[in-house]
Amino acid sequence: MSDEQKHNESSKAYGRFHRRVLEGNGALFAIATTVAISIGALVEIAPMFSTTSLSWQRADWVTPYTPLEVAGRDIYIREGCYLCHSQMIRPMRSEMLRYGEWTRAAEYQYDRPFLLGSRRLGPDLQRVGGKYPDAWHFEHMRDPRSTSPGSIMPTYPWLYRQKYDPADVAKSVRALATAGTPYTATDDASVAAALEAQADKIVASLATTSIQVAPDDEIIALIAFLQRLGTEGKKHFAQQAAQTSEAAPAPAQGTPSATGGGQ
Amino acid sequence: MAQTTSGTVAAATPGTGVATVYDDAIVKMFFTAAVGWAVVGMLVGVMIALELAWWPANMGIPQITFGRLRPLHTNAVIFAFAGNVCFTGIYHSMQRLLKTRMFSDVLSRIHFWGWQGIIVLAAVTLPMGMTQSKEYAELIWPIDVLIAIVWVIFGVNFFGTIARRKVKHLYVAIWFYMSFVITIAVLHIVNNLAIPATLTRSYPVYAGLTDALVQWWYGHNAVGFFLTTPFLGLMYYYLPRAAERPVYSYRLSILHFWALVFLYIWAGPHHLLYSALPDWAQTLGMVFSIMLLAPSWGGMLNGLLTLKGAWDRVRTDPILKFMVVAVSFYGMSTFEGPMMAIRSVNALAHFTNWVIGHVHSGALGWVGMMSFGMLYWLVQNLWKRPLAHPKWANHHFWLATIGIVLYTVSMWAAGLMEGLQWRALNDAGQLATPAFLDITHRLNPFMWIRLTGGAMYLTGAVMMAINFWQTIRGPGAEVSPTPVPVAAD
Repeated sequence: MSDEQKHNESSKAYGRFHRRVLEGNGALFAIATTVAISIGALVEIAPMFSTTSLSWQRADWVTPYTPLEVAGRDIYIREGCYLCHSQMIRPMRSEMLRYGEWTRAAEYQYDRPFLLGSRRLGPDLQRVGGKYPDAWHFEHMRDPRSTSPGSIMPTYPWLYRQKYDPADVAKSVRALATAGTPYTATDDASVAAALEAQADKIVASLATTSIQVAPDDEIIALIAFLQRLGTEGKKHFAQQAAQTSEAAPAPAQGTPSATGGGQ
Repeated sequence: MAQTTSGTVAAATPGTGVATVYDDAIVKMFFTAAVGWAVVGMLVGVMIALELAWWPANMGIPQITFGRLRPLHTNAVIFAFAGNVCFTGIYHSMQRLLKTRMFSDVLSRIHFWGWQGIIVLAAVTLPMGMTQSKEYAELIWPIDVLIAIVWVIFGVNFFGTIARRKVKHLYVAIWFYMSFVITIAVLHIVNNLAIPATLTRSYPVYAGLTDALVQWWYGHNAVGFFLTTPFLGLMYYYLPRAAERPVYSYRLSILHFWALVFLYIWAGPHHLLYSALPDWAQTLGMVFSIMLLAPSWGGMLNGLLTLKGAWDRVRTDPILKFMVVAVSFYGMSTFEGPMMAIRSVNALAHFTNWVIGHVHSGALGWVGMMSFGMLYWLVQNLWKRPLAHPKWANHHFWLATIGIVLYTVSMWAAGLMEGLQWRALNDAGQLATPAFLDITHRLNPFMWIRLTGGAMYLTGAVMMAINFWQTIRGPGAEVSPTPVPVAAD
């Protein structure tokens, strides 16, 4: 008996079925494979688009990124910051001591793309906003070791030479609006005005520490983005805590992340 | 078994005109590209390993900072090196398994040049910071469109070849190749749906955790269907050829193929354990990851047991050595992976170097070693010459093996260390090491050990490239197309 016959005479029914029906028919095999890989994908991903899931991923205490923060986020992506810094605080005591309150789903609702990260070569940045003054970030990006002695982060001198282009940022804002982010004013002029207003505030805050910088330097956009990270969550959780303990005096601002380092 | 014999007859009977039927020129093209990109991709890996050990290594040049080179490294080794290895093996073996020439020589060449063009575009755009930021899906949208087009061309060529086959039954290797062709198309298109803002920038149609889930469904199955199933297909063709033994079990191959393709697709959410993703999705990801151990080991056992009766040759034949170590690493990393997907283990391992160690035991151990074994076998069969430096193949094997051990052991140690120290609490219930950087500094020696391991692995690959170059270009006389054991000396 040849090997070929042996297979066809296989004592197992599935072996006979497989050989006669599937292995002899390329199209049927391809369809069966497609079905096999589709089931898990559909079961896991489709519910994410249900109304329940979409409402649970949203909260009114989170607002979209401002145009300057969008520009900063694009720089964050361009430089691959997310490859060393996560934006995902896990619900564990050690993580909350080190980084602050764990990340809620709604806090990511305007994140396109998501930037949870997969590796912590440096500390998590989910709640880095407001942790340090603007000047700290300004010095840190130019020379990380000036603010964090012994840091292994590279220097980013080009962020102080290169400028963001308001017309380009407006294109990003419009694409994000198309994708579903609720921006109301997406024309070039409105975006440029929003950029200028926010950048001027950061320039002014830096000027108080004698740092002179142009409002359209890339570093300004990056600072705007970093300083926003996790702040809405911090505010929201503090308010919640205040409400639940209304008899007692309200806890100090930013309690959940007040402890811990990450320096 | 019948399939093995029927599939290999054509290739194993020289002088019957088969050589003129098959398009081996395209195989040689993909072969050359695979070897070239192996060196490039691994060199970038060694560069970023140096940057992690010694931060000034980028010399202040934006284009070669870690954040821009890391995606280039992953894309180069996955899509350029491993991708071209898959295409080499598929174009070579499927013509023989189906006893027919590829469906279209023109499509084959469009596939080849299209794919190399995509890689060149990747190598230009990623260092410039043009990225979508999704891991292994970083390439900007115009390149994604090109990938989709080239993949469809490959698919037409692939299924066209199946349609004109001269054997009735599809051999197990073809099943695995088919799952590669179909699944990568689905994953690539779904994960890259985005709204373009400019020619180089786009924003995904998904937001937040939905985007994260879609990405890790893609990311994990890129490992599953780009680095696992096609390589299992290559194992099912080249391991029996090199060992000159039939595949151990036909029924096991049916069981583990279907279990693998069905279960793999569910495993993605294990990348998002302890995130705000719903618990049911996280749990599904964990449970299916653990179940994945069974079909993975089914494949490993089918590979290793195929060597029954040929183990004596494993001692002397570098090709078999590469393949045995590859299948062993496949078994090890597919054991480690399910363990790391268990919530409590993941709590420790996530975000640490342990993950990097795990990835590289699969990438360097399984994908790399299987590729090397196949390439050493193919160079002698395609160009019909013995290796220019048979002993170098053996040196390459040991350099690579010791390199992997240094790499993975140092990353395990570093990963466990940082994972434990990040979460260590003192008696007062506060962080034992509140300064993140204190922990970072303790990892530095391991960064140098990893660099050494990676450099050894790269050295081996360079030796292989030189060896192949001199084999192909050298004055060696043509020999029979049956494989010459390279350690015959």
